[in-house]
Amino acid sequence: MDAQQLTYLFVFLSFSLYIGIAIWSRAGSTDEFYVAGGGVHPIANGMATAADWMSAASFISMAGIIAFMGYDGTVYLMGWTGGYVILALLLAPYLRKFGEFTVPDFIGSRYYSTAARVVAVICLILISFTYVAGQMRGVGIVFSQFLNIPIFWGVVVGMAIVFMYAVLGGMKGITYTQVAQYCVLIFAYLVPAIFISMLVTGIPIPQIGLGAEVADGSGLSVLQKLDNTLVELGFAPYTEGMKSKIDVFAITMALMIGTAGLPHVIVRFFTVPKVSDARKSAGYALLFIALLYTTAPAVGAFARLNFVDTVHNTQYTEVAGWFKSWEDIGLIGWQDKNNDGRIQYYPGAPFDGKPSFDDTRRPDGSRTVTNTPTASNNEVYVDRDIMVLANPEIAQLPGWVIALVAAGSLAAALSTAAGLLLVISTSISHDLLKQTMAKGLTDRQELFYARVAAVTAILIAGYLGIDPPGFVAQVVAFAFGLAAASLFPAILLGIFDRRMNKEGAISGMLVGLIFCFSYIVFFKFVAPELNSAEHWWFGISPEGIGTVGALLNFSVAFAVSRLTPDVPDDVQQLVNNIRIPKGVGDPRSH
Amino acid sequence: MDNQDYWKANIRLMLVLLAIWFTVSFGFGILLVEQLNQITFFGFKFGFWWAQQGSIYVFIGLIFYYTYKMKKIDRQFGVSDDDEDDA
Repeated sequence: MDAQQLTYLFVFLSFSLYIGIAIWSRAGSTDEFYVAGGGVHPIANGMATAADWMSAASFISMAGIIAFMGYDGTVYLMGWTGGYVILALLLAPYLRKFGEFTVPDFIGSRYYSTAARVVAVICLILISFTYVAGQMRGVGIVFSQFLNIPIFWGVVVGMAIVFMYAVLGGMKGITYTQVAQYCVLIFAYLVPAIFISMLVTGIPIPQIGLGAEVADGSGLSVLQKLDNTLVELGFAPYTEGMKSKIDVFAITMALMIGTAGLPHVIVRFFTVPKVSDARKSAGYALLFIALLYTTAPAVGAFARLNFVDTVHNTQYTEVAGWFKSWEDIGLIGWQDKNNDGRIQYYPGAPFDGKPSFDDTRRPDGSRTVTNTPTASNNEVYVDRDIMVLANPEIAQLPGWVIALVAAGSLAAALSTAAGLLLVISTSISHDLLKQTMAKGLTDRQELFYARVAAVTAILIAGYLGIDPPGFVAQVVAFAFGLAAASLFPAILLGIFDRRMNKEGAISGMLVGLIFCFSYIVFFKFVAPELNSAEHWWFGISPEGIGTVGALLNFSVAFAVSRLTPDVPDDVQQLVNNIRIPKGVGDPRSH
Repeated sequence: MDNQDYWKANIRLMLVLLAIWFTVSFGFGILLVEQLNQITFFGFKFGFWWAQQGSIYVFIGLIFYYTYKMKKIDRQFGVSDDDEDDA
């Protein structure tokens, strides 16, 4: 069988597995639909959280981003793992003890206010939709590259699968499918990484291979060789960053507290039986996540090294097949500026923006790029997203590894999409309808509306995936900034500051949200030409502004709460109660 | 509140662990990275290793230690969820 048939087979097998699990674990009540009945084992929940968390961005894009950013890629590695320490120590156990269904549930009850609940729902929907669109796009790209199916049909198939297990199974279906998806995705990530580490260094463990000597007799370690090669071509050394310290600090912090404030992650901790299980489960989740996250920097470094080796100064007619196949779908573009027929790879953009092609081919078979060239002598445009997907081909691994990577990327994208769609539908059926607009709903009716909301959310997400407005890709990273500046401080203060009242929390959330939103919109859309370090406040980029937003939120909330009426006694009791593990009930306490 | 001592013990443990969390990530991985990069550690520049590998290993250790230690503190103050059945 060739790679493409194998890919069909692997994708088909993994999809059948997910659907089988979905049918086996159909949800019969809102309790099961929202929090899987609250009976998920901590290790299973850890795996489900890891799959929920590791999206198409983690699986497909992260290693590529690190490959091209070097040290600066650290912001994602630490930012997307360090958040779990905050989650485990500051949020998860208390929210589990609180024992309700959703994040707006907590904010609404703790701040005894429908307004607070609605503000939380708005934050949640804003955060989750920006995030889910990126997942559907990931599904589309994988289908089109590996299976030659147009992106439109790729997204439709993805929607159908998510529909099967999210709408029928709810949280229960999602949880057990995510466990399976974690296994698929981690296997698919580690196998090529181990092969490549063997190939480059002779050491099968990528985490160690990254520090080892390159097996070419040069006596240099991987990182030394990479530093030398890049500096020779005029790049900054791989192990040193280009970003300012304050910006690296702010982005890392924003990603960490943003992670801890993401509703689809928090809600996973509502599904375990006990408070101590919530703590344990966060540990397992991070362990499972770290398997991928400590491998990614190795994959990134090997990929960059291989890329430079194969591409730089190579005659186009001689270049490896993967270069041409990615060029065919427009994720690589080559403009032979000095007309020597060879590909030169140097720092700087070869031309402005993404490549646009006319339909002609040059005599050597390469596609004609019509963009106006820049002054840089770099001739290659390469989309960072292809590094993980192209890696098995670059390293000339067997066809089944390529098929595995395709199945793994789909698992990563689908599991995250399902988790996000569930929190969106839950917040609509439960927080907006049941708790705010239609309080008389029965359990059956609520379940029905939850399913209707899930279907609607899938259709919107699919539309955003097929026909993404230009801004989707840019705003995905900002979901974290918004979560950091709005939800995270409100939840944290709700647990640790007994005197925090509704006036304080609501004004804090609004100030944080509006501040971040305006800063990001200003620099990304209103005045993108000003988006550089000298114009940023304190030198902090829009990616890192969530940190400032969170500080503002805390300060405003604190000041307002001390000037307004004290919290009622029953809420004080609630806070006392969530602070001790004893006496946890079903995740449905009233 | 009856459980004030329990809460204090919890906060104390939490602050110590958060101090370690901050030191390995923001300290070693960002603020002191140039200084630590002068040292070589298993073929890595040491600061770079903390930023892209070491901090993550410590994060995992911190959560499991917290889980273990809190269970003890829960029991010591009689607020543990030991006897509760699965929901």
